[in-house]
Amino acid sequence: MTVPVTGVSPEQGDLGPPGRQALRLFIRNKAAVFGLVLLTAIVFMTLFGSFFYDQDPSRIIARPLQGPGEGDAPALGTDYLGRDVLAGVVNGGSTSLTVALVAVLLVAVIGVSLGAISGYYGGWIDVALMRVTELFQVLPALLFAMVIVALFEPSTRSVAVAIGLASWPQTARLTRAEFLRLKNLEFVKAARASGASDFRIIWRVIFPNALPPLIVSITLIMGAAILFESGLAFLGLGDPNSQSWGLMIGLSRQTFLNGWWTVTFPGLAIFATVLSFSLIGDGLQDAFNPKLRGR
Amino acid sequence: MNHITARVAWSLGLILAVIVMCFSLIHLAPGDVAIVIAGDSGAGDPEVIAEIREDLGLDDPFLVQLGGYVGDVAQGDLGTSYRFNEPVTELIVTRLWPTFLLVGTAVSFAIVLGVLVGVFTARRPESPVSHGVTVFSLTGYSMPVFWTGLLLVIMFASNVQWFPVSGMRDVRLEGNWLEEWIDVAHHLVLPAITLGVIYLAQYSRLSRASMLEVLQSDYVRTARAKGLAERRVVYKHALRNAVIPVVTVAGLQFGQMLSGALLVETVFNWPGLGRLAADSVFQRDAPVLLGILILSSTLVVIINILTDIVYRLIDPRIRVGGPSQ
Repeated sequence: MTVPVTGVSPEQGDLGPPGRQALRLFIRNKAAVFGLVLLTAIVFMTLFGSFFYDQDPSRIIARPLQGPGEGDAPALGTDYLGRDVLAGVVNGGSTSLTVALVAVLLVAVIGVSLGAISGYYGGWIDVALMRVTELFQVLPALLFAMVIVALFEPSTRSVAVAIGLASWPQTARLTRAEFLRLKNLEFVKAARASGASDFRIIWRVIFPNALPPLIVSITLIMGAAILFESGLAFLGLGDPNSQSWGLMIGLSRQTFLNGWWTVTFPGLAIFATVLSFSLIGDGLQDAFNPKLRGR
Repeated sequence: MNHITARVAWSLGLILAVIVMCFSLIHLAPGDVAIVIAGDSGAGDPEVIAEIREDLGLDDPFLVQLGGYVGDVAQGDLGTSYRFNEPVTELIVTRLWPTFLLVGTAVSFAIVLGVLVGVFTARRPESPVSHGVTVFSLTGYSMPVFWTGLLLVIMFASNVQWFPVSGMRDVRLEGNWLEEWIDVAHHLVLPAITLGVIYLAQYSRLSRASMLEVLQSDYVRTARAKGLAERRVVYKHALRNAVIPVVTVAGLQFGQMLSGALLVETVFNWPGLGRLAADSVFQRDAPVLLGILILSSTLVVIINILTDIVYRLIDPRIRVGGPSQ
């Protein structure tokens, strides 16, 4: 049966007027717009930075540990081997952002599917899936991810999978809660009465209405995944062949007292990236829920 | 009380599941432990490797190994470290106290100061300080904890040498217990602030939000209407409810705090569980890693149950509300 069931939904999250209202609220929120601009700048730097600042971050170009402006040092100084810190900052984002993106995709796929099935069907399926979720929640995430990365050799892929595996329970719980809230509302009953399949009700009827809080949560998890990746890289569990902000800081751990710039600038880059996701997430939250603003 | 009993029973099952999952993960992963152990002495010598496999029971069927391990853990025996050649339980126990000290201090600092800041700003929601809290909570959350630590070292242990850079004790110190305590406290300041700042940022915002809500509730209006002093209304009546979400969140975040402690311990060379875990990862010391995973999950489970109990003590409504809450 091909009834346009999605049209029945009263609180359509994406296209209808509430979506447009949320967009308007978001644009009026200065902090959120600042976050968006900041993120755009960081992504731009990561994608095209090397066209404007064409320096190899792994090449030794000057005396080690020269501060910004000292002798023949580049703009942000050199590290303990004499490599260009600015080149590292410009090129370090691609690993962090790629890993975070893949990890978050994994979180979204695992978390949303398990949460949706759990919330929609309830009963023993719900009990079983929530117990599995709990199992993953009691394991300290960083420790668990470290073990996975170490077991399967550090690479961009293993790091992303480890972060994804350690971070999905929160999304599963949120999705489940949203499905529990929505599944007995009138428009879902109407869709069921019109003969829509479970699959269709889950993904075409309930899911679009569960999107706003999920989008907020996923944005914030993106920031958390960047922190997670930088922490693993700092500990030496990143892809050893890639350039990463966390790795730059980790490698400078023994020498940073002789060169504050070797850790300060890569750290600022991580901070700015995470901050941009936090600001966007907060802005989205306020835009979807104007009543909660300022909390 | 039934609720708590059921939770404890379920938690035991949960810990068993953690043991089975982690053991399987580590033992089914690629890479031969025996080669790692043999690495120092007889690398490549097949006889040495065969002997090690025999000693550790690595040739037994997987389920036999798993069953043996679960039985040992039930008796408090977490096996023997491949690297240190010492019982894992002892290794972990000696590292537990420094981690507890670090996490405990950081959390207490974050809760007490966070709630004070939250209450203060909730009474003046439009003040610059209140907006400052919003900014601070975003910044505090977005800073990588290891970076905060390094910056604090640059500021307070290098430029001005107010605090020691690393470790937990000054080995040169020979004094009585009081001097030793002061020495540990001195070493603790920077690591605890580093870890605490993240949570301070979150809790000040959280307690402000719940305080704002509570201050608008009917019972606070009643308290004011019957002429109680504002100070008494805020600190005696409202505070209690504003603290509940902070305590709950703090309890549920314990696992996350252990992760943070792991990074902070690495920065400051703090001799805790996190340091041990990081070293064991690189040395592929599976028994130690398994032990730490099991122990920290058990701690998280215990803290969750305690949070549940404390939550019920602070908020009598939940006890009345029935077991499903």
